[in-house]
Amino acid sequence: MNSVLTITCPLPLAVTDRVLLGHGSGGKLSAALLSEVFLSVFQNPVLARMEDQAVLDIGGVRLAFTTDSFVVKPLFFRGGDIGSLAVHGTVNDLAMGGAEPLFLSTGFILEEGLEMETLRRVATSMAGAAKAAGVEIVTGDTKVVEKGSGDGLFINTTGIGLVREGANLSAANARPGDRVIVSGTLGDHGIAILSEREGIGFDSQIQSDSAPLHTLVRTMLDTSSQIRCMRDPTRGGLASSLNEIAARAGVGMELIEDEIPIREEVRGACEMLGLDPLYVANEGKLVAIVAREAADQILAAMLEHPLGREARIIGTVTAEHAGLVIARTPFGTTRIVDMLAGDQLPRIC
Amino acid sequence: MKFLDEYRDPKLAQTLVADIKRRVTRPWVLMEICGGQTHTLMRYGIDSLLPSEVELVHGPGCPVCVTPLEMVDKAVEIASRPEVIFVSYGDMLRVPGSTRDLFQVKAAGGDVRIAYSPMEAVDLARKNPDRQVVFFAVGFETTAPANAMSVWQAKREGLANFSILVSHVLVPPAIRLLLEQPANRVQGFIAPGHVCTVMGYSEYEELAERYQVPFVVAGFEPLDLLEGIRMLVAQLEEGRAEVENQYVRSVTQIGNEVARQRMFEVFEVADRKWRGIGEIGQSGYRLREEYAAYDAERIFGVETTTAEEPPECIAALVLQGLKKPVDCPVFGTRCTPDRPMGAPMVSSEGACAAYYRYRRHEVGTLSAQGN
Repeated sequence: MNSVLTITCPLPLAVTDRVLLGHGSGGKLSAALLSEVFLSVFQNPVLARMEDQAVLDIGGVRLAFTTDSFVVKPLFFRGGDIGSLAVHGTVNDLAMGGAEPLFLSTGFILEEGLEMETLRRVATSMAGAAKAAGVEIVTGDTKVVEKGSGDGLFINTTGIGLVREGANLSAANARPGDRVIVSGTLGDHGIAILSEREGIGFDSQIQSDSAPLHTLVRTMLDTSSQIRCMRDPTRGGLASSLNEIAARAGVGMELIEDEIPIREEVRGACEMLGLDPLYVANEGKLVAIVAREAADQILAAMLEHPLGREARIIGTVTAEHAGLVIARTPFGTTRIVDMLAGDQLPRIC
Repeated sequence: MKFLDEYRDPKLAQTLVADIKRRVTRPWVLMEICGGQTHTLMRYGIDSLLPSEVELVHGPGCPVCVTPLEMVDKAVEIASRPEVIFVSYGDMLRVPGSTRDLFQVKAAGGDVRIAYSPMEAVDLARKNPDRQVVFFAVGFETTAPANAMSVWQAKREGLANFSILVSHVLVPPAIRLLLEQPANRVQGFIAPGHVCTVMGYSEYEELAERYQVPFVVAGFEPLDLLEGIRMLVAQLEEGRAEVENQYVRSVTQIGNEVARQRMFEVFEVADRKWRGIGEIGQSGYRLREEYAAYDAERIFGVETTTAEEPPECIAALVLQGLKKPVDCPVFGTRCTPDRPMGAPMVSSEGACAAYYRYRRHEVGTLSAQGN
């Protein structure tokens, strides 16, 4: 190695000596954190599948098992709150594995001084969301940290569910010719949250799309056995989910940019803030890779479901440019839809 | 979306491309200066729509990219101090200094915040009288008025805990330097629309006259750029070397006089170092002596911090249009946006990063035609 690299080249981002905010972005830094810190020490075949949930065979019963933590700010936002989000997030991670969600646990980390009324509202919202999703919160834990050691309220939820007979969903299943379907408009949650934070200086009516997706998944699996895999594109957005699938399956993808559903208000906010909606978080959307011959039938079933009314086929899995997601622009040209290193950053001008 | 879709209409784009093809009779090398324009060209693949005679090369107008390594080191040094709240435009945070970037400073306990406007930093100074608030005043003529305004406002209010770390550069001196290189290949320029919104375009009229090179001031949407390219090709084919304005919805010949007045009250022209290029005489702004009390370099004693860039990087050749990013031996291998060796790989407005982010699947077809 020459001296240029060793002396003056900046450190590769993955090998930082401290945790950065970007390690929680869902981009390359998150992937590096997983592989360099966790996967090497926790290694086992179930974890190695790198899906959103573990699928465990226990006495002939296939159980889906997953966990997620919620650190959203503000705690209450248009279209939801941290409580309902904590239920939906885990329900959706189970559903993406083809499972019917059954039971949740919850852990609260509370900051000293949090208003009791706030906590009550959050708990009530969680209970409502669980009831609506048909799951029960059956165990939990509470810890309180000193003022200044937490940000009001963090929630963890863990869930178990039963994997449907015959369902075998995995990113590794994607193959050339498959179609890419999204269940609706992208970027709603992330922009709803952003517009309620201080200092952004714009007002919007955009609502978070936070919703439990398991009934939509049920409808899809009832319709066809030709679904290869599903993801709920939360942090990191659609672009990160598709890049993960492409890398996992060793395939390329080509998206038709014009077909990707994005609300006008979300597009407008993204233009103003210098963000790309394909990297903005969703909490009530899924992306599915399905066999070409089943795509129209699955899409038709999704369109009938309240959470899939704006579903669209947005692209194709390809053998070419393996590992890369490409978008065909309205001009007929192509561009890469890359995995970002960390969070998106607004540009200077 | 209203006021945007009109400038992204694929049918109109085809018409403009057809018109460019009809007009062009020989090879021309055109340069867009501004990184925002480079970003649009790559994002929409505009370059691949053009006839092979029209070659686009990408200029040094990415403010994040040309901010010298040593300024990033100074920012890191200041932001690491416990009494400081360091405020910056978002895309400066991931720019690596010699050892660390600002995100790493934040992770180590530094108070580093992202703002959309320097006035947010002034507000932080008001609300935190016991802290020193420092704004990283980076950019071209575009961001200079707002950055100047923040200092002007702080002085007016007597805010003693606000300062700015200035790294402002100017477009015309960079163009002049480029045109005076014996190896220069650029025959026409897309002038930067937002810079000209502030400055007007009389400076470019002087350049066009002196160097007999045509300019078209253009906007940032795909159709703005295609129309700008068509106007440039028309000038070149007709042997004209004038300044024309495509971006009439934002730019006038005299620009924004009020903004400039405030800017020159606070800033004066000075020599500046450009990352990837080196020092260019009278190519940037510094704070006037009357505003020395707001100069973060002086307050925190970092004037002498220096840093060297990796010599392997061909940034200087890329920024002059002599090489394309993909002609660099380390492009996409040892030099990536996560691990940039040089200026144009640093921000998505930089030519190398824009190629990497949007077009590396076409590497074989993207080489500089002049090589």
